Amino acid sequence: MTTTPARDVVDIENLSVTFATDAGDVAAVQDVSLAVTAGEVLAIVGESGSGKTVTARSILGLLPETALTRGAIMLTSKDGGSTSDVVTLSRRDLGQVRGRDAAMVFQEPSTALNPVFPVGWQIAEGLRAHGGLSKKEARAKAVDVLRRVGIPDPEVRVDHYPHQFSGGQKQRIVIAQALALDPGVIIADEPTTALDVTVQAEILDLLRRCRDEFGAAIVLITHNMGVVADLADRVAVMYQGRIVEQADVRTLFSAPQDEYTRQLLGSVPRLGEGRARTAERAAARPAGWAAATPVVEARDLRIVYPGRLRQPDFVAVKGVSFSIRPGEVLGLVGESGSGKTTIGRAIAGLTKVTGGSLQVHGVEMNGVKERRFRPVRERIGFVFQDPASSFNPLLTIADAVAEPLVVHGRAKNPHEARGRVDELLEAVQLPKSFGDRFPHELSGGQRQRASLARAIALDPELLIADEPTSALDVSVQKRVLELFDELQRELGFACLFISHDLAVVDLLADRIAVLYKGELVEEGTGEQVLGAPQHPYTQRLLASLPVPDPDAQALRRTEWNRLRS
Amino acid sequence: MTTTTTELTGGGAAPDAAPAAASRRRSGGGLGSYLLIRFLLIFPTVFILVTTVFVLMRLTGDPITAAQGGRLPAEELARRIAEAGYDRPILVQYWEYLTQIVRGDFGTAISDGREVTDMLTTFGAATLELAFYSLIVAFVVGIPLGRLAAYLRDRWPDAVLRVFAILCYATPVFFAGLLLKLVFAVNLGWLPVAGRASTGAEIQLQSLEGRTGIYLIDAIRLGDGEVIQDVLEHAVLPAIALGLLTAGVFLRLVRTNVIGTLGSGYVEAARSRGVSERRLLRKHAYRPALIPIVTVIGLQIALLLGGAVLTETTFEWKGLGFQLVEYLQARDFVAVQGIVVLAAVIVAIVNFVVDVIAALIDPRVRY
Amino acid sequence: MATAASTVETAADVPAAGRRPRGWRGLPVVRQLRQSVGLQRGMLVAGLVLTGIFLLTAIFAPLLAPYEYNQLRDPSGPFGAQQEPSSAHWLGTTVGGYDVFSRVIWGTRTALLVIVAAVLMSIVIGVLLGLVAGYFGGWLDRVLVVVADAIYAFPSLLLAIVVGIVLNGGESSLRGGIMAAAISITVVFVPQYLRVVRAETVRIKAEAYVESARVIGASHWRIMSRHVFRNATRTLPLILTLNASEAILTLAGLGFLGFGIEPTAAAEWGYDLQKSLSDVTSGIWWTSLFPGLAIVLVVLGLTLVGESLNDLADPRLRTRRRGPATPADVAETSVMPGAYAADTLYVDQKGSEL
Repeated sequence: MTTTPARDVVDIENLSVTFATDAGDVAAVQDVSLAVTAGEVLAIVGESGSGKTVTARSILGLLPETALTRGAIMLTSKDGGSTSDVVTLSRRDLGQVRGRDAAMVFQEPSTALNPVFPVGWQIAEGLRAHGGLSKKEARAKAVDVLRRVGIPDPEVRVDHYPHQFSGGQKQRIVIAQALALDPGVIIADEPTTALDVTVQAEILDLLRRCRDEFGAAIVLITHNMGVVADLADRVAVMYQGRIVEQADVRTLFSAPQDEYTRQLLGSVPRLGEGRARTAERAAARPAGWAAATPVVEARDLRIVYPGRLRQPDFVAVKGVSFSIRPGEVLGLVGESGSGKTTIGRAIAGLTKVTGGSLQVHGVEMNGVKERRFRPVRERIGFVFQDPASSFNPLLTIADAVAEPLVVHGRAKNPHEARGRVDELLEAVQLPKSFGDRFPHELSGGQRQRASLARAIALDPELLIADEPTSALDVSVQKRVLELFDELQRELGFACLFISHDLAVVDLLADRIAVLYKGELVEEGTGEQVLGAPQHPYTQRLLASLPVPDPDAQALRRTEWNRLRS
Repeated sequence: MTTTTTELTGGGAAPDAAPAAASRRRSGGGLGSYLLIRFLLIFPTVFILVTTVFVLMRLTGDPITAAQGGRLPAEELARRIAEAGYDRPILVQYWEYLTQIVRGDFGTAISDGREVTDMLTTFGAATLELAFYSLIVAFVVGIPLGRLAAYLRDRWPDAVLRVFAILCYATPVFFAGLLLKLVFAVNLGWLPVAGRASTGAEIQLQSLEGRTGIYLIDAIRLGDGEVIQDVLEHAVLPAIALGLLTAGVFLRLVRTNVIGTLGSGYVEAARSRGVSERRLLRKHAYRPALIPIVTVIGLQIALLLGGAVLTETTFEWKGLGFQLVEYLQARDFVAVQGIVVLAAVIVAIVNFVVDVIAALIDPRVRY
Repeated sequence: MATAASTVETAADVPAAGRRPRGWRGLPVVRQLRQSVGLQRGMLVAGLVLTGIFLLTAIFAPLLAPYEYNQLRDPSGPFGAQQEPSSAHWLGTTVGGYDVFSRVIWGTRTALLVIVAAVLMSIVIGVLLGLVAGYFGGWLDRVLVVVADAIYAFPSLLLAIVVGIVLNGGESSLRGGIMAAAISITVVFVPQYLRVVRAETVRIKAEAYVESARVIGASHWRIMSRHVFRNATRTLPLILTLNASEAILTLAGLGFLGFGIEPTAAAEWGYDLQKSLSDVTSGIWWTSLFPGLAIVLVVLGLTLVGESLNDLADPRLRTRRRGPATPADVAETSVMPGAYAADTLYVDQKGSEL
């Protein structure tokens, strides 16, 4: 990369973007100036609504018609031959610039690929849009670029359709499409957000190769500080449509200048933060606690989803054993398809247990009847992952929080329950007046608080939290996790905390259980599991997790490469 | 909306894992088993419709009383009912009816004494011909205009096209037919008012050996240019009346679905690589939109059959629809039932064929 | 799906939608009217005007119509058949000697009665079956779906005729005739409502808020009535408008085939069109043109309303205001309307019959 002369491929000056909406005009980006030098990786970080994606998309002129763009975006071709201002380009000229001078990698590989065309054809479309290639040449080039992004058997795979590839491979193909025309800059919009952490590591590695081998500059849009530390050379931090800080990656992490940057970095959960806390909690336990009857006890738990129409069954959980004692927080970690959510649902009686034994508050869940389980339900609380859908859109927050009280006869109707509801809202640090609001009038973080209020309404002895913060921004996540911790100390409920994020689990859990493809591969305290992982999968998982520190991350990367080879 | 997706797939995957895995496995299982299951589904569909129709029709009493009650002395009526076996228990009759249908025997019409099967094939050919012409009109008008409307979305041509589409199906076919007749046949005198052919041509066509009943084919085999022209002239107005109705639905269908795919991530991705807007519309957005379009087009066959009844009556096009009305007026429910059951079979088969086509377009089913 | 909308990020942790307007501004059609822009607004307004005229005409028919629908003579003698439009008979008279204008006006009443009866009956039955099928699943669900699909795919006019045969044992009083027509149409519509409500119920059943109610231990009845029912029926007003137009077309089709309502019982446009069939050949245009136009305008109005509502409910199809002319402050509120309505599209899968 050092061979490229330091020339700007993208030069954004005083960019402002305004959107027309029902509620009037909204400024998404204000007065942003940025430059991307050839061959560098510039990360634009920020939370939802910071304007980072809008900024990135405007480089390719990919904003909807409701947007009004002002300022200048000078895009220079890779050979330095031509420069054009994207803001003023005609539709036709824009087509010429797109893909050739700058290309885009999207967040969700499954929607960025057309389901009804072979991947090779889709790559060729980009090539042929810029002319001069025959069908055969375009195909040959597609095979070549697929090989370079690490798709095995590209000669065969070139004719396959997107659904025949895994998520990680799909993202490789999207990157191949971007690389096909050898652009000067690749804009990667949250390229790994939709992927599991082990796959993320692979894709980050590939992006690094895009820069090193293809000499492309990369504009990396992300909210994940670990990813920034792993890949970026320089970082721009955006907040509410403005750039609040720009610095090279080491400076930013070691000496952040802006207040917001400091706060953002402070909110990122780090591995090992929870160890002292765990030790302190363990020490404070009364004698004989270990012998207490577990709240939840699973022995060779098996959960099978029956296949439809002559298709084989799907085994989601394959013989898992664990237990949760009173007042204990068990963190359940795993990637998609590991069965972690299924276990949580089984404990709450949402999914049938098909084999082995699962005892919840002393009730055997294998073959349990709803009538037998119903009395136990008031001793269980549940917090769902998606704050958007966890509340009935037609009920007020107060009505929704009152629901468990009414169902279990603690109040006759939501109105009578209002006093207790107000207490609960206060407990989760929401103003009482929020009780009269409808769910869509609350933010994601506020809704997760209300969700917590509903879960603790009956003062349960067991709480199941299924990825309660994965849809939230880091700063919001931090506050919700703190609240969660506070409530747990105060009320002393046992908890199954399900997450894909090792650092989040480490923060809260007394013990961590790692799930892999329906099997429990490792269990122990944070210190044991994260400090000295025994199982190869845990080792790989841990090494894949990028940490928000460029130097430490460089070391981890070496470790990851060693594990991989 | 940047941070939401991390585990939406992961966390949500567990309950969804089974179907997802299933579809993946289907890709291994192949098209064959899918088509077989889909084919077998024809039978319950037809069975349900046949049963429904049988039960409904018999609620009114036996067909002979319906057709000739009041016109015959009571003993004569009773004798005929016994002769036809309508005095037996209803379940026995139902079973007999089912076995007859399986053998392709729909009984004998009461009003004109014709074999219903024979009637169905004769007049079915005319309806088939009309349906074919109208489908051509519907495709030629509806699909390109729908694509155009999607492309020019929210500009004035789009508004014009949408109002045109709504007018197409807001206008009852028989009224459209009447208007077309009034203008082009009566006032302008360009085209014939009604019928499938003029008397002279009809006689010539009837004399042909081994007729298909589809006049255009017969006319071509006859080799007489004038007859061909005559047959085509008669077909123009009915085909337009029935075709425009369906065209309106196609137009809206294509527009909606293409707008949907035009806003999708993969079209945006292709745009980001410099693919021209024209090509985005014609290839990238159109092909994926085609899958729902094809499926829904299958449902339109019902619309077309219903419309055919009305169009045939308006233009005295002697097909099944025209006959249906005649038999209804004669209260000949044996014949009516035959026509309705045939419609059920056609609908079931067409929907099967359409699903096969959709499967062939959709690589997710094919592989 | 990375639609245009998702390119716009929500400002850090603020509500995804501003507070919904309350009071009259929050009423269904009023809200959509305020939301609409440009052509979409034009179509919605045109549809509302046509529908409004239709409703007013139906209500005030006795005041508007110069004669009764079954009146053949006035004090000065019989009207005479097939009279050209004149000052006495603005739109002429029919082959049966009725006043065309009066019958067109009275026809709005018949149409409205049939729509209301048919739509009400099919909604009650369809919603009930759809909720039960979608919520409980199992064999009942499978049977209902197979039957509904079979009926749904079948030509609805033929089905209405068959039902008409069963019911129409010579019944021709106004109420009987209208009820027979309405029931025939109901049978056609029930499968549609069943499918829509069932699909919504199945979707909502998997939503976190229903699961949350299950975790709490709420009874099936409570979940269905409090959480599923109202959410599953939110799209119904939209289907209702589209179905109302279909009901008119089916009614006219039945009338045209002689299964409608006798002229002495009520005015029905389809029947009048059938009677005018032979007039057309001899160049008499007024007997067919006006009842036909009445059908077209009413259906047009209802369809415009229904389609506009459909578009506005669907984020992909909704027109938004174009780029603004004035700069704005960084907003605290967000830009994304809920994407929940995206699946209302299946409403127009079949289109309207006839």
